Amino acid sequence: MTDTSTAVPAIAPLLPTDRWRATEIAFWAVAIAAFFVFPQHRVLGSQILITGLFAVSLDLILGYAGIVSLGHAAFFGLGAYAAGILAVHGWGEPLSGLIVAGAVGALAGFATSFLVVRGADLARLMVTLGIGLMLFEAANQMSSVTGGADGLSGVTMGKVFGLYSFDLSGTTAYLYSLGVLFVLFVVARRIVSSPFGLSLRGIRENVRRMPAIGAPVTRRLIAIYTISAAVAGVAGGLLAQTTQFVGLDVFGFPRSADLMIMLVLGGAGRLYGGLVGAAVFMVAHHYLSDLNPVYWQFWLGLLLVVVVLYARGGILGAIEALRDRIRGERT
Amino acid sequence: MLGNLVGVLFDGIAYGSLLFIISIGLSVTMGLMNFVNLAHGAFAMLGGYACVLLMTRAGVPFLATLPVAFVVSAIAGIVLERTLYQRLYKATHLDQVMFSIGLVFMAVAAATYFFGPSQQPMRLPDYLRGQVNVFGLDLGAYRIFLIVVVAALTVALHLLLVRTRFGAQVRASVDNAVASAGLGINVNRVFGVTFALGSGLAGLGGGLGIDVLGLDPTFPLKYMVYFLLVVAIGGAGTIKGGLVAAMILGICDVAGKYYVPQIGSFIIYFLMVVLMILFPAGLYGRRA
Repeated sequence: MTDTSTAVPAIAPLLPTDRWRATEIAFWAVAIAAFFVFPQHRVLGSQILITGLFAVSLDLILGYAGIVSLGHAAFFGLGAYAAGILAVHGWGEPLSGLIVAGAVGALAGFATSFLVVRGADLARLMVTLGIGLMLFEAANQMSSVTGGADGLSGVTMGKVFGLYSFDLSGTTAYLYSLGVLFVLFVVARRIVSSPFGLSLRGIRENVRRMPAIGAPVTRRLIAIYTISAAVAGVAGGLLAQTTQFVGLDVFGFPRSADLMIMLVLGGAGRLYGGLVGAAVFMVAHHYLSDLNPVYWQFWLGLLLVVVVLYARGGILGAIEALRDRIRGERT
Repeated sequence: MLGNLVGVLFDGIAYGSLLFIISIGLSVTMGLMNFVNLAHGAFAMLGGYACVLLMTRAGVPFLATLPVAFVVSAIAGIVLERTLYQRLYKATHLDQVMFSIGLVFMAVAAATYFFGPSQQPMRLPDYLRGQVNVFGLDLGAYRIFLIVVVAALTVALHLLLVRTRFGAQVRASVDNAVASAGLGINVNRVFGVTFALGSGLAGLGGGLGIDVLGLDPTFPLKYMVYFLLVVAIGGAGTIKGGLVAAMILGICDVAGKYYVPQIGSFIIYFLMVVLMILFPAGLYGRRA
């Protein structure tokens, strides 16, 4: 690499451009194409989309603001139970159910954000972990409301827009999840490319310097944590609505840990990393864990160690590095 | 009622001692290298399996297996430290968390593969079983043994850190690694030896704890929160903090499960969140 090439980023505009690139459009085209190419896998597809949305929510706080959370499933689970319990009690309209799920997530996120933004990484890790575990125990104990360990069944959903009912083939679930994912993704994309999003990256890179240039660190972190919790709540609500069941595992630690793995695997701090990671992780899990769940866990662990040691940016990071190298050779 | 209270306190202290001896290595490595190591429980599990296998397959007496557990875990610790951990001291906490979760997953899968998913049977020698009558109270013999062993180890560790040249090097490196290196301390070697010592103590704790904590392949995940809690509440890098935190945790956990079993582990998580909010840097932590 020569001196001129390192100087290029300095003249590039500091605010990221909000223009849609061709690769992004291609990405969404693939998501739509998958609907037609794999009609027998639409249920799995909708699960991937939901998990992808969940991963995007974690990316907002982890990839952009640098908050390491081991308990993001708390908001996912709250959203899932909110949407599920609403439906059990006769409110089966999906979109308003999602809004409630998002609102519950946002409320919980806002309430706990004050605890999370304090302290260093270790304290954050412990607080997020503790909140997640507490909610798990609470849902386990309040079996009259949540169904406890048996899960919440009897979730009967109405039709989307009053027209499309949820079916066993997952057709409605896929398109519904894709639509919600796309809308929220566009919002998230707008957020991270705004000056607000840029200030989050500044906080991630150097939390001491940001107040000096006039960025209120605590308030910014509370805001993004609340937004992220709302998105996670919507993702949870989607899962409850499309599977018409809520199990205790929505609050489980494995869900939070798997989510982080997907994000790191795909590449954090890119938004698309969460989607790619979720797709790769869930497809691999679908085919490999059938062979032997124990082996799956071993290879997953090995993969994590290798990614951290040799491929910090995950899949998308590796692709970007490859692309830069090809471009570098051309010039 | 009063007898109950004393009994619960006693069990809590025994449980806390166990948590302390396993977590102390984590506390030192976290304070020394600022490394968030979620895989610490895996070393304890390794020690536990070493004990069980030696006892059941080779017929070695229980007490003789404990030093072996220490050595096996310490060797595993130093090998991993030199080959893998060392590369990540400068990495972000996220990378360290992911890396160590990966190690935990591999350890869990490997233990399941080699030893099966079930709880390992454990039969204590006869002289450690049953109850001992102390001042009119019936106390578990093994728990007395645990407390005595851990107390002795704590004193030894304290002397090691405060009275020896190596201890002075460790303390200097915890305070300021750069300045210590400048003064000619081989910080790298101090890191390695400390890591091995911490892993060894975890292995010893794992062996001692089979009877109390149980031993199955999910051990590192099941108790991860407890070990991290001891460090987070006590403050990384202090023995005193770790000891106090482990005792608080042990007593609260045992008391909670005894007096209000219906809310189970809720108490410990609640306590953890409250303590982390009140003392983000731990009870004895230094403010950065």
